[in-house]
Amino acid sequence: MVFAENFPAGMIPAGLAHSDLPFSLPGKRAGLVVLNDKPINAETPPDLLNDPLTPNDLFFVRNNGIPPKNINVSSWTITIEGESANQKKTYSLADLKSKFENVTYNLTLECGGNGRAEFTPPAKGNQWSTGAVGCAAWTGVRLKDVLKDAGVKSNAVYIAYYGKDTHLSGEAGKVVISRGVPIAKAMEDESLIAWAMNGKNIPVLNGYPLRLVFGGFPASCSGKWLTKIVIRDRVHDGPKMTGQSYRVPCKPVAPGTKVPDDEMCIIEKMPVKSLITFPKTGAIFEKKNQLAIQGKAWTSATKIDQVDYSIDFGSTWSKCALKAAKNRYCWQAFSADISFPETGYYEVWVRATDSEGKAQPMLLPGWNPRGYLNNACHRIAIKVS
Amino acid sequence: MSPRPDLLPALLGLLNFVLVIITITLLYLIFGPNLIDTYRNQPVAMEQNAYRPGNGDNTTEVGQDKIVDGIHLQTGLIYAEGFDIVRGTCTACHSAKLVTQNRATREGWIEMIRWMQAKQGLWDLGDNEPIILNYLAANYAPQEVGRRSNLQVNEIEWYILKMN
Repeated sequence: MVFAENFPAGMIPAGLAHSDLPFSLPGKRAGLVVLNDKPINAETPPDLLNDPLTPNDLFFVRNNGIPPKNINVSSWTITIEGESANQKKTYSLADLKSKFENVTYNLTLECGGNGRAEFTPPAKGNQWSTGAVGCAAWTGVRLKDVLKDAGVKSNAVYIAYYGKDTHLSGEAGKVVISRGVPIAKAMEDESLIAWAMNGKNIPVLNGYPLRLVFGGFPASCSGKWLTKIVIRDRVHDGPKMTGQSYRVPCKPVAPGTKVPDDEMCIIEKMPVKSLITFPKTGAIFEKKNQLAIQGKAWTSATKIDQVDYSIDFGSTWSKCALKAAKNRYCWQAFSADISFPETGYYEVWVRATDSEGKAQPMLLPGWNPRGYLNNACHRIAIKVS
Repeated sequence: MSPRPDLLPALLGLLNFVLVIITITLLYLIFGPNLIDTYRNQPVAMEQNAYRPGNGDNTTEVGQDKIVDGIHLQTGLIYAEGFDIVRGTCTACHSAKLVTQNRATREGWIEMIRWMQAKQGLWDLGDNEPIILNYLAANYAPQEVGRRSNLQVNEIEWYILKMN
C-alpha cells in the first residue's frame, strides 16, 4: 500500500480491508452513516438528531485530512500572530482557562455542503444528504478576548486558523485546510475557542483538544485541532479558502454552468433550514391517532420566527409550536400534532422562516458548481392505515 | 590605483570558488528534480487479480475478494472493465466511497482528476488515465432527476409507529 506508513493505527484500509465487519469510528455510535473513511466523513440520520443537544458520539464528522495522533493536552499551545497582530503570543490550554472568562453557548454547526446529494447536475465531493449538522453546548473562551489580549491592529480584515491534522498524501508540512472568518465575525460574543462539548472532552474526530466554533458560518470555518490563529490584513488565502471551495457564484447561474474562480464568492451565511427528527421516515399508524412530529430549525439570522408543516405538498400549511433558543445560533425545537383526513400515503413537509423573512424552498435552491447551501424543505413518508 | 600584489592570489581563489558554486547550482537546476525523484518513493499501483466474469450465482471469488451482484464487496466499486486499475489508483490515497457516492460525465471526472493533480498531489496517470475515465464515465454517470427527486419510497423501511 502506498503511503502505508502514514495510515492511522487502528483503522481499516478502505481498499484492502479483507473484512465484512461493520466499519466503526472511534468515539462515535454505530448509527452514523459513513460517507467516506479516508478522510473520515460521517453524517447523522435525521431521527438521531432528536435530542435537544446532539450527543458527542452522534455529532457528524467532516475531516479533510488525518486527525493528529498522540495528543498531549498538557503541552498543547495556541499561538496568535499575523500581519495585523500587535505581537506574537502563545497560550497553553491552562492559560486560556485561567486568563479569560469561560463561557458556554449552544451553537449549531452545519457543513456548507450539507444536502449536496440532491443537486443535479451533481457536484463533486462528499454526497451529504441531510445529516452534516448538529447543535452542542460548547465551552471555551471568546475568541475576541484572546485576540484583544494579543492585540489587533485597526487594519485587520480576517482571522485564519491552522490545525494539527495531516494531509492525506502524507506530505509532511502540507496544510490540509486553513480557513477563517471576517474580523467582525471573530469579534462576535458567540465566537469561541472551545475545549469542551456538552460538558465533556471534544471527540478526537471533532477537534480534540481545542477548536474554533462559529455558528451561522459553514462549519469548515470552525478549525479543529487548533494550534494557531493568524490575524490577516487581507481576506485569508489558505487551502480551501480560494478557487471554488466553500464558494458560490456571486451572481445566480443556470444549473451546470461553468463559473470562473473570480466570479465565485465566499459563503459567509448558512441559510434557514429545518429537519423532522421524529418520527423516522416510514412510520405506519392508524387514522384515529394524531401524529406528533418533532424537529429542529436553525438559521444564521437572529432567530427562527415560524415553522410550518404541510401534508398536501404545500397546498396548505399549518403552524408548528416553536421554542425559543437559549442563544443566537442555537437550533430551535418545533412540534405539531397532525390529524389525517383519509387513510393512505402522505409526506410531511416542514418549512422554517427566519427573522429576516427568509423561508426554505420546496424545490432545490440555486444550483452552484460545488453543491453548497441546499436548504430545501425536509420531508418524511408515512402511511395512515 | 592597482590592487596590492599580495591580494591577487586571494581574489583569484575567490573567483574560482564562485565559479564552482555557479556550476553546481546550474547542474542542480538541470538534473536536480530528476535526481531527487529517483530517491523519493514513487506511488505504485497495487497488484490486483485480473477481472474475471462471474460464475452464475451472482457471487464470484477473485482471490480473497468477493463480488456480489457485480459489486466488489470490500470497496463497493462496480466490478467491470478497468476495476483493477481504478481500485489500485484511487484507493491509494482515498476511500473508494469517494468514487461510489459521486456521479459525473467523462468531462466531470476529468475535472476531478485535474483538481486532485493540482491540489492533492495526484500523479500523472499516464496510460491508465483513459482506462480510469472509461470506467468512471460508464459506471458512475449522472442521472437526470430534475429540480427535486421523489422520496425513494421502495427503499424506505416501513415500520409500525407505537402510539400511546
